[in-house]
Amino acid sequence: MTDPAWIDAAITSARPQAMGALLRWFRDLDAAEEAFQDACLRALRTWPEKGPPRDPAAWLIMVGRNAGIDQARRRGRQQPLPDEELISDLEDAEAALAERLDGADYRDDMLRLLFVCCHPDLPETQRIALALRIVCGLSVNQIARAFLVGESAMEQRITRAKSRIAAAGLPMEAPGPVERAERLASVAVMIYLVFNQGYSATAGPEGPRAPLCDEAIRLARLLLRLFQAEPEIMGLTALMLLQHARAPARFDRHGAVVLLENQDRRLWNAAMIAEGLALVDKAMRHRRPGPYQVQAAIAALHARAADPKDTDWAGIDRLYATLERLAPSPVVTLNRAVATAKARGPVEALAMIEPLAGRLGGYFHFFGLKGALLDKLGRSAEARACFDRAIALAGTPAEAAHIRQHLDRLSEPSAPATARSGS
Amino acid sequence: MLYAILCYDSEDVVGSWTKEQDAAVMARLGAVQEKLAEAGRLGPVARLLPTTAATTVRKGREALVIDGPFAETKEQLLGFYVVDCATLEEAIEVARDLGRASGSEGAFELRPLALYRPGGDVG
Repeated sequence: MTDPAWIDAAITSARPQAMGALLRWFRDLDAAEEAFQDACLRALRTWPEKGPPRDPAAWLIMVGRNAGIDQARRRGRQQPLPDEELISDLEDAEAALAERLDGADYRDDMLRLLFVCCHPDLPETQRIALALRIVCGLSVNQIARAFLVGESAMEQRITRAKSRIAAAGLPMEAPGPVERAERLASVAVMIYLVFNQGYSATAGPEGPRAPLCDEAIRLARLLLRLFQAEPEIMGLTALMLLQHARAPARFDRHGAVVLLENQDRRLWNAAMIAEGLALVDKAMRHRRPGPYQVQAAIAALHARAADPKDTDWAGIDRLYATLERLAPSPVVTLNRAVATAKARGPVEALAMIEPLAGRLGGYFHFFGLKGALLDKLGRSAEARACFDRAIALAGTPAEAAHIRQHLDRLSEPSAPATARSGS
Repeated sequence: MLYAILCYDSEDVVGSWTKEQDAAVMARLGAVQEKLAEAGRLGPVARLLPTTAATTVRKGREALVIDGPFAETKEQLLGFYVVDCATLEEAIEVARDLGRASGSEGAFELRPLALYRPGGDVG
């Protein structure tokens, strides 16, 4: 007797490994998926009676491969069968296969599977959808809900993405070190896109997108197990864990966003924070900083502060300076200015963001921060103009409400500028 | 006799559990632990963070630090420590000291704890 929930979890966890191997054999996403589905159906029939196999992934690969070959035969060789050298592989016993799954082949299989979802011709939304469908095995319906579109529209999107990949041709040869590093970087970007799709949810932690964060973390852990000494993959995993740890405190009971400094930190997930901090420590030992590691280190400093007033703003300011060097962008400088204001005061922060006016002229947060800094300097009229601009650019009612609080305080003539707490 | 009971399971599968499934398993295990604790038979209980958070220190004249869990099969688990360390560096330092003191081959796998219950005084 095997618990159906256990079978579910076993199939889900074996999926990337099994799909990666099947993709190598069949060199076609649809064929690999069909073979995997077939193997899953057989697993659901066999495992409850006979008990689960020792290595579910090896079992699914063996059975999926045989099912796929049967399919191809039945189609009367309309599709070419796999190459001779691949057919000789088919004699392998399950045990030998399980052993090889730990080897380099398996690592490249998985990386290929992840990498096909990162094709540069695909728009970001299609990369995310494809990864969720192919690698994570989410249903089209689940993915459609995460993107707030209809199921048939999502089905079409995924089909289009797959045909684009098929037309471009799958990268079947084993990658060299440079290519492997490039693929790894693309996959990291894709995983972070999946995470952000979940994280930017406006519907709260129980919303339809929330599982995307968990899936992204699962993918990152998987990638990290394959590439154990890659500090940027440690950084990416840590970054997502540290951000996702705050999920229970990010929304109030009405579903409105709660800003970091107002969050009830006792609600943060302690195990996720511990894992994130451990990974930041591991990454730092390599002394090969990268954007994910630095962002994770920033998130780590927030996580280490039990109270917002204990936050190491000077440390965060320094880390943002590093990030500006590694991955310069006006938004990074804007974020840095928040830390600079806390660590060194509003004058320096204002000087830092004023040159960004041209590039961030349509950006809500630019005017929100500039208004707050001017407000702290007692330049009320200018502050009010910035807050008005920010409200006009606000993307959500919560953003607008936050700015309106500043405006309300500004219109109280009795409140001296020095007594105001910063935001 | 005191027994250490070491838990082995597929990390992939356990990592695929939903929060609810995980909580349900932990609650069922908690009930068993509760009975043992009431009888004064339960020592420390720990749940480890995933192996991706692990670092291995291979003993030797120059201790070698390797990312990831202990993966060799020619050595066996002979014991373990739980040590409070502020950073991974500190933990590696402790492992180096222990390695020098033991003077033998082998390795230490450093695994941060996800959960720790010190338990009662047993034995």
